[in-house]
Amino acid sequence: MVTAITFYIFATILVGSAIMVVFSKNPVHSVLFLILAFFNAAGLFVLLGAEFVAMILVIVYVGAVAVMFLFVVMMLDINFTELRKGVQDYLPIGLLIGFILLAEMVIIAGGWTMTDGIATAMTTATPPASEVTNTDAIGRVLYTDYIFLFQLAGLILLVAMIGAIVLTHRKRDGVKKQNIGDQVRRRRSDAYEAVDVKPGSGI
Amino acid sequence: MNEIFPNLAVAYGEIFLGIGAMALLMIGVFKKDSVNLVSWLSAIFLVVALFLTVAGTGDVTYTFNNMFVADKFTNFMKILVLVAATLAVIMSREFFRLEGDDRFEFPVLMVLSTLGMMVMVSANDLMTLYMGIELQSLALYVLAAFKRDSERSTEAGLKYFVLGALSSGILLYGCSLVYGFIGSTNFSAISMAVSNMGEGGAPVGAIVGLVFVLAGLAFKVSAVPFHMWTPDVYEGSQTPVTAFFAVAPKVAALALLSRTLYVPFGEMSASWGQVVIFMSVASMILGSFAAIMQSNIKRLMAYSSIGHVGFALLGLIAGNAEGLRGVMIYMAIYLVMNVGMFVCIMCMRRKEEGMVEDIKELSGLGRNHPALALAISIFMFSLAGVPPLAGFFAKWYVIIPIVNAGYFTLATIAVLASVVGAYYYIRIVKIMYFDEPVEEFVAQKSFPMKIIATLSAVLVLAFIVPQISSPVLDGATAAAQGLSQK
Repeated sequence: MVTAITFYIFATILVGSAIMVVFSKNPVHSVLFLILAFFNAAGLFVLLGAEFVAMILVIVYVGAVAVMFLFVVMMLDINFTELRKGVQDYLPIGLLIGFILLAEMVIIAGGWTMTDGIATAMTTATPPASEVTNTDAIGRVLYTDYIFLFQLAGLILLVAMIGAIVLTHRKRDGVKKQNIGDQVRRRRSDAYEAVDVKPGSGI
Repeated sequence: MNEIFPNLAVAYGEIFLGIGAMALLMIGVFKKDSVNLVSWLSAIFLVVALFLTVAGTGDVTYTFNNMFVADKFTNFMKILVLVAATLAVIMSREFFRLEGDDRFEFPVLMVLSTLGMMVMVSANDLMTLYMGIELQSLALYVLAAFKRDSERSTEAGLKYFVLGALSSGILLYGCSLVYGFIGSTNFSAISMAVSNMGEGGAPVGAIVGLVFVLAGLAFKVSAVPFHMWTPDVYEGSQTPVTAFFAVAPKVAALALLSRTLYVPFGEMSASWGQVVIFMSVASMILGSFAAIMQSNIKRLMAYSSIGHVGFALLGLIAGNAEGLRGVMIYMAIYLVMNVGMFVCIMCMRRKEEGMVEDIKELSGLGRNHPALALAISIFMFSLAGVPPLAGFFAKWYVIIPIVNAGYFTLATIAVLASVVGAYYYIRIVKIMYFDEPVEEFVAQKSFPMKIIATLSAVLVLAFIVPQISSPVLDGATAAAQGLSQK
């Protein structure tokens, strides 16, 4: 009973804030609604017993991704009312494509059947949730069965990092960098000089 | 599942390249002016990986929880990929030495991309497939945009990235549908599940998923109708990057496509057959007709590569070992022709203008640089498929299987498309020998470039000699039989 009520609260706020992400006029509000949506989705994961995914959602998506969105939205000077101008023109074709996609998904879902024995296969693949925690269960397979994919993911991230550096980092002339050795070695005599200025004449 | 420690021996090549790439990064960062060193070390590492691959037994071995497979087919394809990558590293070294803009990350990204291609070739799981594709493409996106001051290069990189991300999305959607309807991402498991489906065959959802996966892979091999990015990216990227794009990723993606269609979805050939027939016919026709209008040699090579992918796909349609052997021979010959041709394109350099890419600039090359003109002619005739050059045999070995399998219309279209294609290849030969000479190019001084061009021209000419062609033919036969039996 309590679970059902909690589910409906989370689900309603989730859908509501998702709609607000699309419809709010101010992009900063959109991002804030997105964060609210993430929090509620995390709540739904907790209800499912997937506490690890819930925490990751909050830490990674709210903590990193959404905050980065916020920075980008605030730093870029985008005129969103200008961008929205074409909506009326594109609405019919957009709705049409959306409808076609929905119809296709319904057709696919209509043909869905469970293969025999898939139910048992699904439960045996992971240890029962009551015995081990999520993190434990993921840890048992991540570095054993999936070590290869894990390492590959690391390499992909390495490539992403090299790419970002190669494409943006450049040596600029005239950039002053801090050199601690120079700062420490600096003496009073390097910085100023006492000049005896005679009255009535310049330096 | 039972193994406590995975069998690493079959993946020595990949492991070596992964560690090597990281070592190269270290050298590049901490040693000043080490571009030359890093480049040559990259080439050496790729050759070592080649030897580690050749040293493999060729027995079918699975490892990493059945996600990775090594057999004769993967060995053959990895050899092609590694040869293409090594040559591309050497070519780009020579190019950047003249062009300036030297950065050590370039060869390192090439090595990492090659590693992704090797993983693609060896993928035995939809997840490995995706990881390999991403590792490969992410490095390629960066390489396309490498000349960041140039608008064209940035445009190429951005276009490739956006469309590549879209195709990866489609591919992943397809993978998730296949997983949902069949219940596994593992190729062997999918194959077993599909063959046990009974008279109803595979569920609709799995077929939809398969088509989505096919669309994602078609983007990577740039088959029509997923070819739009190819001309722009080929034109915008720097020439050595284009030379790399044109060969190694195509070989890897076709290897992956072959395995995906033959192993997990082999039983569903009725579902994918029509799709592949359409892609093949459309690619051949578009590749021939669209190239006629091109004035830029790199765009022309892009359309040419679309056409060649169409031909290579013919072999898959036959659905048997003979067809697969055709695909492998095609890719081997395609590699040699393209590498040679791109070396020649890199020789199109004037003193003041730098690199030129317009076809008209080749006018009178026959008088100014007879050796270069001869090499280009050989590659052009071979790409057109004129006997007795290698390109003719490439087409021969894919058309014969489909004739044997009864696809006469398809074979006719293929022959007609190659006749149309011959027009624009031979037009270049005409421009070189019969048009009014324009200002001549700077002579190519680099020794490695000369060697690569000469060697590939000789190989193209000499493919008719049985001693030259038999290693390729025998290797392909053995590899194809291994894959199509499963």
